[in-house]
Amino acid sequence: MDGKKAPNVSGVDSPGRRTVYSICGMCAVRCPIQVEVEDGRVVWVQGNPNDKGMGTSLCAKGAAGIPFEYDDERPQYPLIRTGPRGSGQWRRATWDEALDYIADKLKEVIEKYGGKGVALSDRGGPFNDLTKTFIKSLGSPNYFNHDCTCGRNAHHAAKSLFGMGRKDWGMDIKNTKHLVLYGRNMIESLQVKEAKDFIEALGKGAKVTYIDVRATLTASKASRFWMIRPNTEYALNLAWINVVLAEKLYNAEFVSKWVEGLDELESFVKEYTPEWAEKVTGVSAEEIKAAIREIAADAPQVIFHLGWMTARHRQSFHTSRTAHILNALMGNFEVTGGLIAAKGPGDYGLKGVNKLEDRVTKPTDERVDQIGTKYKHWDSGPGLAHMLFANMLTGEPYQVGAYFAYRHDPLTSIPDPEAIQKGMDKLDLLVAIDVNYSETAWYADVILPETTYLERGSLVAQKKGGKPSLQVRDQCIAPRFDSRPAWWIFREILRRMGKSEALEFETIEDIWHYQLDGTGVSPAQLREKGVIGLAKDAIMRDREDGLGFKTASGKIEIISPVLSEAGLPSLAPFYEAPPKEPGQFNLVFGRVGWLAHGQSTNNPLLNELMPENALWINSKVAAELGIADGDTIKVSSDGAEAVGKVKVTEYIHPEAAFMVHGFGRTVPLQTRAYKKGMADQRLMKGKLTDYDPAGGGNNLTETVVTVTKA
Amino acid sequence: MSKYFLLQDSERCIGCLACEIHCKTNKDLPMGPSLCKNMSVGPVEVKDIPRVRFVFMPCFHCEEPWCMNVCPSGAIKRRAKDGIVFIEPSLCIGCKSCITACPWGACQWNPVTAKAVKCDYCMERVDQGLKPACVTKCLTQCLDFGSAENLPTGQRERFAAAVARDHFNPKV
Repeated sequence: MDGKKAPNVSGVDSPGRRTVYSICGMCAVRCPIQVEVEDGRVVWVQGNPNDKGMGTSLCAKGAAGIPFEYDDERPQYPLIRTGPRGSGQWRRATWDEALDYIADKLKEVIEKYGGKGVALSDRGGPFNDLTKTFIKSLGSPNYFNHDCTCGRNAHHAAKSLFGMGRKDWGMDIKNTKHLVLYGRNMIESLQVKEAKDFIEALGKGAKVTYIDVRATLTASKASRFWMIRPNTEYALNLAWINVVLAEKLYNAEFVSKWVEGLDELESFVKEYTPEWAEKVTGVSAEEIKAAIREIAADAPQVIFHLGWMTARHRQSFHTSRTAHILNALMGNFEVTGGLIAAKGPGDYGLKGVNKLEDRVTKPTDERVDQIGTKYKHWDSGPGLAHMLFANMLTGEPYQVGAYFAYRHDPLTSIPDPEAIQKGMDKLDLLVAIDVNYSETAWYADVILPETTYLERGSLVAQKKGGKPSLQVRDQCIAPRFDSRPAWWIFREILRRMGKSEALEFETIEDIWHYQLDGTGVSPAQLREKGVIGLAKDAIMRDREDGLGFKTASGKIEIISPVLSEAGLPSLAPFYEAPPKEPGQFNLVFGRVGWLAHGQSTNNPLLNELMPENALWINSKVAAELGIADGDTIKVSSDGAEAVGKVKVTEYIHPEAAFMVHGFGRTVPLQTRAYKKGMADQRLMKGKLTDYDPAGGGNNLTETVVTVTKA
Repeated sequence: MSKYFLLQDSERCIGCLACEIHCKTNKDLPMGPSLCKNMSVGPVEVKDIPRVRFVFMPCFHCEEPWCMNVCPSGAIKRRAKDGIVFIEPSLCIGCKSCITACPWGACQWNPVTAKAVKCDYCMERVDQGLKPACVTKCLTQCLDFGSAENLPTGQRERFAAAVARDHFNPKV
């Protein structure tokens, strides 16, 4: 081990002023940034202006990276648990000690359950070549990321129609004429470039139809806003398709060339009239018709949002799918202002970065979530993490003995943490690698503190898009505490297991050299700009005969053979949820522009902007329940309870209750966030095993809560 | 008035509050003081859409600043060349007179240094030909900074058009 600090990139400690290009790590968006360092201290962070879409802009979370860096309320050295799980009793350990401890336990687990007895989950994104390589090196197929609580439904919906995933189609928001958003709160659940494009489009006169259960700031910017009944967007889409087909508002030429299954679609949607949808959604039939006529007139410069955080219920998959179908009917593909295929280096005849993963043999065991074996209609990539925890509890199809949470906090992000903890209790080893005390870290056996994004270099990130690019996170400053970069941590564990071949690099620069070999871009060039575009001009695929759908027919398949084989309908009847009692609501959650969930709530400056959350309920309903704005209320569901403040407003649907996610933290060392506000995931009793059979995502917004005055 | 303007195009503003945090990090401020406020107003229903407006409030850099007038130690100064009102930290005695005097809450208390702080348009940046932190990093470029002579082209026209637009005349 080389001294007190992790292996530094040369020059990190040098005096004077330096400019370093990096990638933000304050949320999962990972914007390119420019960092100014003076005498080893970060003094300024802004967007990386070498990326035109970014400019110098940076959001509040990104700006709060500096107070995060200089805050002491984060893991500072390896910790090994001494009391029962979750007791908060720890002892400080050296890196050697902590890593040896992990390796010894891992050896026992692999002895007992085989390599597949190890699982890892992370936050996904452009750097996961590292984590995949780690888990594969141990002989395990069990790589997971956070996507089961994010885009999985939308991803599988896209796959079932196009044979391509959610991210294979980008959205040209900047140039669109009409954007339809289903709860996609573009300016609060914030991505810098996307929000800039959104505002740019509005400035150019784009129209926005925004559908949500509450008036967000995105609704405030929209040209049409429908406060829809919770979990009914699918009904709206069915009615829209009904009108599009009945009134022949679709692009007949595009459809005849690229869409299969129109007849089946037509007969299926016959009964789903706007008049029917009015009763289900609460949006008037006339408005439903008027809107789709207006939208169709702007096609193909139209985007029905491909779905990111579409409200997750048992039919979110079909909500996403029908949004895709509307795009297909209007021919919004590979066109300015519509959907544009995301291209990689290969599309430009270039060689992409070399993967570390390719240095390891692929494990052949069945995944613990049985994707690819029992569940063939799902993508095995990052799996479904909720199944990992549910299966830990049952030991089916086999027992997992060790689990690594890398920068992922399932006890915050996946519903019903109590149930997850019961699964975790069966583990022989639970390791958290993080820059924060996550709820999961607090329940772990060992916490390994990772260096912050400003203190570490990461793998070269390759981004697909209209024009592909390479981006780098360079190390800005030396670590403040006894922490280590992820690549080093994973290599050290593998070395102790005698399985480090794929990660045998001495510095992050060595990894960059390996990744970039043959791409024509050198680490030095990448360092100089932070972002390097690989193509000068964007190429568009041929709408006549080259859209490149990856289905068996090469077309958009409305009836999906993959779904049929799984015994699932491609066109599913609308599911009407049973009525709720007075005082009951569907619990929905979301964000504000300055918080990235539990990761931000203890940040000194972000916490100040919002020290705790409140439960939004509708003013009329509140009056009936005798609840006034600012009252303390009790929210309960199936034995779980939260107490907090209420926000009474007319801008939420009477059947919905909303709170900002990430509050109600239980880690005492996060003194600012500790026990402040309410945690929605703790109210989602039973939702760990309640998921969409077609999309795989949990039915989070089907959680019914009862609200009473405390 | 200072010769500079700090303008906000409320139409482009998304209320992300990055401006407040950019300001605080540039001035290395702890929890507590906030040198500018981006306040949301509304919602007001305009053509069935609940619109929220944003009002950005930094220091106004008054012609005859009350804060400067009440300061007993001469720590608050107004630059002759451009009218920027600023606090000279070495002279501030922490008496809080300015905080009491300013009707806009522009002067704030820094509990770490036990001195008053206020917006000075990031004058060390302005002197280098740069814009204040809040403006440079504003997410949607809804903030802009300049003097009367060098207001960005089209800025005034855009404001005039926005004001004339129907939803600036809510039917309430």
